Amino acid sequence: MSAIVPATGRSVSEVGYNSKIEGEVIHTRLDSAINWFRQNSLWPMPMGLACCAIELMAAGASRFDISRFGSEVMRFSPRQSDVMIVAGTVTYKMALAVRRIYEQMTEPKWVIAMGACASTGGMYRSYAVLQGVDNIVPVDVYIAGCPPRPEALLDAIIKLQGKVAKEPFLRDWKKDAGPEKYGRLGIELGEKGEVIPS
Amino acid sequence: MKLSSDRDLAQHLYHPVPTPQELANQLRATFPDLLSVATEFRGEVTLTVLDAEQILSVCAGAREQLGFDMLLDLSSVDNLGDDPRWTVVYELYSVAHGAHLRLKTQLSEERSELPSVVPVWRTADWHEREAYDMMGIRFRGHPDLRRILMWDGYPYFPLRKDFPLAGKPTELPEVAFTRSAPLEGGPFVTVPTQGGSIQREPRARNPEA
Repeated sequence: MSAIVPATGRSVSEVGYNSKIEGEVIHTRLDSAINWFRQNSLWPMPMGLACCAIELMAAGASRFDISRFGSEVMRFSPRQSDVMIVAGTVTYKMALAVRRIYEQMTEPKWVIAMGACASTGGMYRSYAVLQGVDNIVPVDVYIAGCPPRPEALLDAIIKLQGKVAKEPFLRDWKKDAGPEKYGRLGIELGEKGEVIPS
Repeated sequence: MKLSSDRDLAQHLYHPVPTPQELANQLRATFPDLLSVATEFRGEVTLTVLDAEQILSVCAGAREQLGFDMLLDLSSVDNLGDDPRWTVVYELYSVAHGAHLRLKTQLSEERSELPSVVPVWRTADWHEREAYDMMGIRFRGHPDLRRILMWDGYPYFPLRKDFPLAGKPTELPEVAFTRSAPLEGGPFVTVPTQGGSIQREPRARNPEA
């Protein structure tokens, strides 16, 4: 950065990063940094379909306090959410809506199947109930229980954070987006997805 | 009428309220050829309408002349193997009289159609849609006879006795799909018994075996 000091007309140069003000520099990989941002700010899409949603609400309220894990911002719009928590029985009639809402969520997105019904159909061995939401959307974490305690949901959030932290983000991105996207960002990737310094 | 207290007695003397049995007899007097003798079981009075085609006029009479201003429920029964196969049941209630009345009518599988009672009670709308959705009974004159629980385009009527609990596989691209649910030896059902909890417990009972 540079600025013109009006009184003297001299150009004064400043360093881009002032460690006295902003602290020490952390060296990390871009993957890790991005995953760190993501994992601590998972915004849930509460797909509450049955009694599991009551436990989901309890997890969001003060006693269990999901905000300790960065997930308190429940968005009822799929376009603003990262993780869909399917809490409850998915009937075939609702399955189409669940699938559609999942498709409306922007990447990156994850799914938690909360409780027995969402995971496997649960006790509803019936013509009306989808036997596990993994028939229509890719599930990242399954939670056992009927319904699971809020602690189990918090555990699933933590497990999902661990999964997000290990995602080879740049490699996947390269696979999906192709080289032209990276050209725009000025990033070049090696065979294993590592960043090649230019 | 059972008068269990002085208050009941006083109310009965000063404001005589017709009993369900009396109301049923009045309805029968209006439609003598259409209604069977009223049967009473545990205080509940049931009339059978002999011709399902006349159910609308009987219901209209029950409402207009006898004050049955509520339709509490409309349900259907599948008597698989019997003829006629369907029984349609109407649960009426009169707020003014505090009286319940049940109307039943039989319907053959070939017809599977009877007049809608939506003109008499608007609440019949969704009840009849449910009966249509689950049992496949059509209600003539219904304003909007669509499925209500399953989705449009579902090819079966799942509450019929010959429909398996596990469901049937359907593949309807762009509409929906279903698969048979794994029952793992089920369905697990109870049977009426005088026995203890071991006999009462739900068990796999294969009807064919």
